[in-house]
Amino acid sequence: MFYREAGDFKTSYVEDSQTFPIRLDRRGYYAIIFIAFAVIPFLINDYWANAVFVPFLIYSIAAIGLNILTGYAGQVSLGTGGFMAVGAFACYKLMTAFPEINIIFHILISGGITAAVGMAFGLPSLRIKGFYLAVATLAAQFFLVWLFNKVPWFYNYSASGQISAPERTVFGIAVTGPHTAAWAKYMISLVFVFVLAWVARNLTRGTVGRKWMAIRDMDIAAEIIGVNPLPAKLSAFAVSSFFVGIAGALFFAVYLGAAEVGEAFGPQKSFLVLFMIIIGGLGSIFGSFAGAAFMVLLPVLLKNVLVGGLGWPTDLAAQFEIMLVGALIIIFLIAEPHGIAQLWRITKEKLRLWPFPH
Amino acid sequence: MSSLTHKQEIPEGGYRTPDGRIIGGVLMDLKHITLRFGGVVAIKDISFDIREGEIRAIIGPNGAGKSSMLNVISGFYVPQEGEIWFRGQKRPPLKPYQVARQGVARTFQNIALFKGMTTLDNIMTGRVTKMKSNMLEQAIWWGKAEREESEHREKVEEIIDFLEIQAIRKTPVGRLPYGLQKRVELGRALAAEPDLLLLDEPMAGMNVEEKEDMSRFILDVNDEYGTTIALIEHDMGVVMDLSDRVVVMDYGKKIGDGTPDEVRNNQAVIDAYLGVVHE
Repeated sequence: MFYREAGDFKTSYVEDSQTFPIRLDRRGYYAIIFIAFAVIPFLINDYWANAVFVPFLIYSIAAIGLNILTGYAGQVSLGTGGFMAVGAFACYKLMTAFPEINIIFHILISGGITAAVGMAFGLPSLRIKGFYLAVATLAAQFFLVWLFNKVPWFYNYSASGQISAPERTVFGIAVTGPHTAAWAKYMISLVFVFVLAWVARNLTRGTVGRKWMAIRDMDIAAEIIGVNPLPAKLSAFAVSSFFVGIAGALFFAVYLGAAEVGEAFGPQKSFLVLFMIIIGGLGSIFGSFAGAAFMVLLPVLLKNVLVGGLGWPTDLAAQFEIMLVGALIIIFLIAEPHGIAQLWRITKEKLRLWPFPH
Repeated sequence: MSSLTHKQEIPEGGYRTPDGRIIGGVLMDLKHITLRFGGVVAIKDISFDIREGEIRAIIGPNGAGKSSMLNVISGFYVPQEGEIWFRGQKRPPLKPYQVARQGVARTFQNIALFKGMTTLDNIMTGRVTKMKSNMLEQAIWWGKAEREESEHREKVEEIIDFLEIQAIRKTPVGRLPYGLQKRVELGRALAAEPDLLLLDEPMAGMNVEEKEDMSRFILDVNDEYGTTIALIEHDMGVVMDLSDRVVVMDYGKKIGDGTPDEVRNNQAVIDAYLGVVHE
């Protein structure tokens, strides 16, 4: 009844192409931003930060990154874990080599390094498509993990082969290291998510985004109307890897604090992020958030209900979770290939007519 | 229209059509094009030209090599022999996107729209060759990228008005009926403001009403924007009514070239279409 565009007239093309054309949507978005920045930091504790908010925010960045590549540009990638590892190790090397430079720059440069690596591994996409490209990126995943295990320079010759983040501060407040407050971890992740989601939205609504989608939907027609496939595909790999690299840097430096490459950035991470965008919705920024939230919250919820509520043994609950995720992916692929984002869109369409659908 | 133009001089290589339009000089000249796929000769030593402002039809029975010819022009195939001259210059072998940047746009026989995108986005994509803001400007969106988007949106809205598809502006094209999809595809090609527009069977699979609409759009494009059009079509009524000159192909060879009337009375063409007993 309240959710409709009647009376909300657009008088310029700028207004017509804004992100939230319906007034209620816009207000909801501002409310969420306000709560995220001004309310949650004061309420958050260690449990909520480590179990829910920080992983959700960091996985959102990774999911947006992969969604740009797979959902928008149509290039399937199974190398997300490997690219996250590149971001993490780049960040670690930068943090230890240049301790006087601010961590924000380290994280951004890590993204840049990952973008370069991603472009190099994206070169085969000019020749191969679909499953074959997926396998090529899977090779990148295995190669990168192997590389970071094999070459001691990457983990500064530490005996355990682990990397651990030293304490770094932003405006005098620790954001990495063991003494970081929950709200500081949350805030640095949130700022990165906010800026990167905005950048992703801008890129996907302009020419670059249309080039990516054109390549995804019909590459021959795209080329005929003047899209050069080489820069279009490589820019998708670069932007995607930039996002994934920043996610990897944050995941290691802010969330984990210490990481072993095979464990933290193995192939299961690539699949986890891929599941996020499949369940959340391919080709949708909102879907990336929805998928990340779903895959982060589901284990927490199941653990609380099954172990805490019903008293199941932990290992049984863990097995059940794997089965449930598998079943959900199959159900989504069959029933709603466009994921939660599409369900949300359909709900909104219905809401616009409610309560008088005829 | 004719009253305004009848005093103009006819440029070199040009001519005056029966309805009084002035056709200019040669825009594209195809010289001795031969295209082979392994042992199969798809196009055998074909030469013809396309002049500025005319509607040029390519006709012929199935498998005659018409679509291959269009693919040669749009840079999709590189012919083994022959030269393509465009605007008085010999064209080196180019990739399709480079040909597009020279001002050649086309539509496809079986619709090649971007199915996941809206009508508006599809037509906006047609303007990629004209949009200049770089990725950084687009990432920030303030300033140049936003301004450019609005400017091009204005042009695209003109095309949407012209093709009378305002109502489906924000509909994903995958949901549209066939006739409208064809129209959106024409819009996407027009968005590039091409000098030469290639239409591969623009009326295939349409009913009479849709064909009439499409014919009207083709004539209007030619008239209002002065766009040169080369089209392939099987409906002879449409071809003879629309086009200024017709090339007839059969088995990869050119068997006729001239005005619709000349072609209609050409014995080789009649034989190709009606079939003759080969001695």
